[in-house]
Amino acid sequence: MSRSLSPLIALFALAVLYALPAIAPRAMVQDLFGILTLLVLAMNWNLLAGFAGLVSVGQQAFVGIGAYAMFAAIILMGLDPLVGVVIGGIAAAVFAVPMAFFAFRLNGAYFAIGTWVVADIARLAISQWKALGGGTGTSLPKGTAKEMAFVDGIKEMLDVSTAAAADALTYWLMLSLAVAMLVASYIFLRSRMGLGLQAIRDNENAARSVGVDPLKLKAAVFLLTAFATGLCGALAFIQITRVTPDAAFSVIDWTAFVIFITVIGGIGTLPGPIVGVVVFYALQRALADYGTIYLIVLGCLGIAVMLFARRGLWGLFTDRTGIDPLPLRHRPPRVAKPSHSA
Amino acid sequence: MSILSLRSVSKSFGALKVTDDVSFDLQPGEALGIIGPNGAGKSTLFNLITGNIAPDQGQVFLDGRDVTRTPPMQRVVAGVGRSFQIPQPFGDLTVYENLLVAARFGGGLGGREAGVFCMDILDRTGLGPVAEKKAGGLSLLQRKRLELARAMATRPRVILLDEIAGGLTDGECVELVATIRAIHAEGTAIVWIEHVLHALNSVVERLMVLNFGRMLMIGAPDEVMASAQVREIYLGIEA
Repeated sequence: MSRSLSPLIALFALAVLYALPAIAPRAMVQDLFGILTLLVLAMNWNLLAGFAGLVSVGQQAFVGIGAYAMFAAIILMGLDPLVGVVIGGIAAAVFAVPMAFFAFRLNGAYFAIGTWVVADIARLAISQWKALGGGTGTSLPKGTAKEMAFVDGIKEMLDVSTAAAADALTYWLMLSLAVAMLVASYIFLRSRMGLGLQAIRDNENAARSVGVDPLKLKAAVFLLTAFATGLCGALAFIQITRVTPDAAFSVIDWTAFVIFITVIGGIGTLPGPIVGVVVFYALQRALADYGTIYLIVLGCLGIAVMLFARRGLWGLFTDRTGIDPLPLRHRPPRVAKPSHSA
Repeated sequence: MSILSLRSVSKSFGALKVTDDVSFDLQPGEALGIIGPNGAGKSTLFNLITGNIAPDQGQVFLDGRDVTRTPPMQRVVAGVGRSFQIPQPFGDLTVYENLLVAARFGGGLGGREAGVFCMDILDRTGLGPVAEKKAGGLSLLQRKRLELARAMATRPRVILLDEIAGGLTDGECVELVATIRAIHAEGTAIVWIEHVLHALNSVVERLMVLNFGRMLMIGAPDEVMASAQVREIYLGIEA
């Protein structure tokens, strides 16, 4: 029964999420936007670390470059912010090429440190970009939100202020990005490339011996997740409306929390980041009044999960119940065997 | 034309010459056995053929084409399959998925065709009943069979078997040899490193003896085994 019900529940939840700007207060939409941002980042990091074995601590590079490319597109080229978001994604993917060139020479912990260093170099380089405010950053020009495509239509449809309409638009886009990420990850991991990736994760040497090219597959994942992370970063900063190198390239905001979410939810499992982000959000709300205690609790929970449930809460759940609505397993074909031999 | 040729291949690790001027030709469909004491450079020779190690000197040819600089993945696609001495399964994947990776990448098969092909190999290697079990939980015999089955799934024309019968009971060994003989009968060329000589000699047409990286002898198994030099070096029997 639960098997036939779960898609219905998922569809209902999705419908509620899409309807939210029409029925919920603006603060809640903004809140959820932040959560969805972390979800998209976590899904990307999960693909990298959980499936491709690339434990990157430099994902903030792509968020920052996506954000700055979007600002450049608006301020320097006068383009629509939504076009800027796409440019942000492309810029991040382009930056990923030289980054991969250096970082892929490193393995494991060295790769992690290497990506972090590259991200910080990017932060320092962007701080020199005077046209975008240098180290102090810059804001979106006044009226950017008003002139953004679709905002007028949404304003009329929901009967809200321009700012709320812009929030609704970015929220819908981020929600759609999250859904697209989930669907794309599922299709990718079920594909030939995804199968090869899982083989590499289990034994890289053996994978090579059956014809899998680890470098090619890892590079593909690195570039694709850089693109999605760049899109996400650009979109996030439309809503924030102000960018500084420190905020856009923050390792805490864009990578540390994301690692935490993925690890407690279930690294290397598809629904893990969703579970993780729900837990993260619940903790954030419950502990919002306690200041630093909140971070301490997060840290302790993260350690506990790493020690006692290495595949996270979702891994624990599937191990206990056997329920897995998004299975990545390939089942053998049912061959109708002839009863007589020819 | 030979399917696999080595021309004066040499490889040193530091001062140690592990492969020293080795040349041989393998005909399509032929089975060649390789014996030699531990440390004679047998597994290194395999790594030179698969491309996991690059030779210092000499060339490797597949179908007459020089593949000395070709990366391992492309050599698999070109038809060189291998099994590892110590089984290296994809532990978190099922037995079926282990083969599916090989069939879809090395074998170049797609979709349902790949699936049916893999199930056929699993049935032939006696792994059908555990097809949907995680490979990490298999017994030693099953792991050895999986090594063979996964190599077969890359659709090799030359299959390299590295001590696949080692550590098995006599009964298990007989079953495995029957499977290998069946693969050979279908026309797949085999290069087989083995210490279990009766298993090896029941399949191969030629036997090569390696000692300190050098090819000591190559020829019909009876002649090689009868050689005084081989008996002394390999079997430790005073001639």
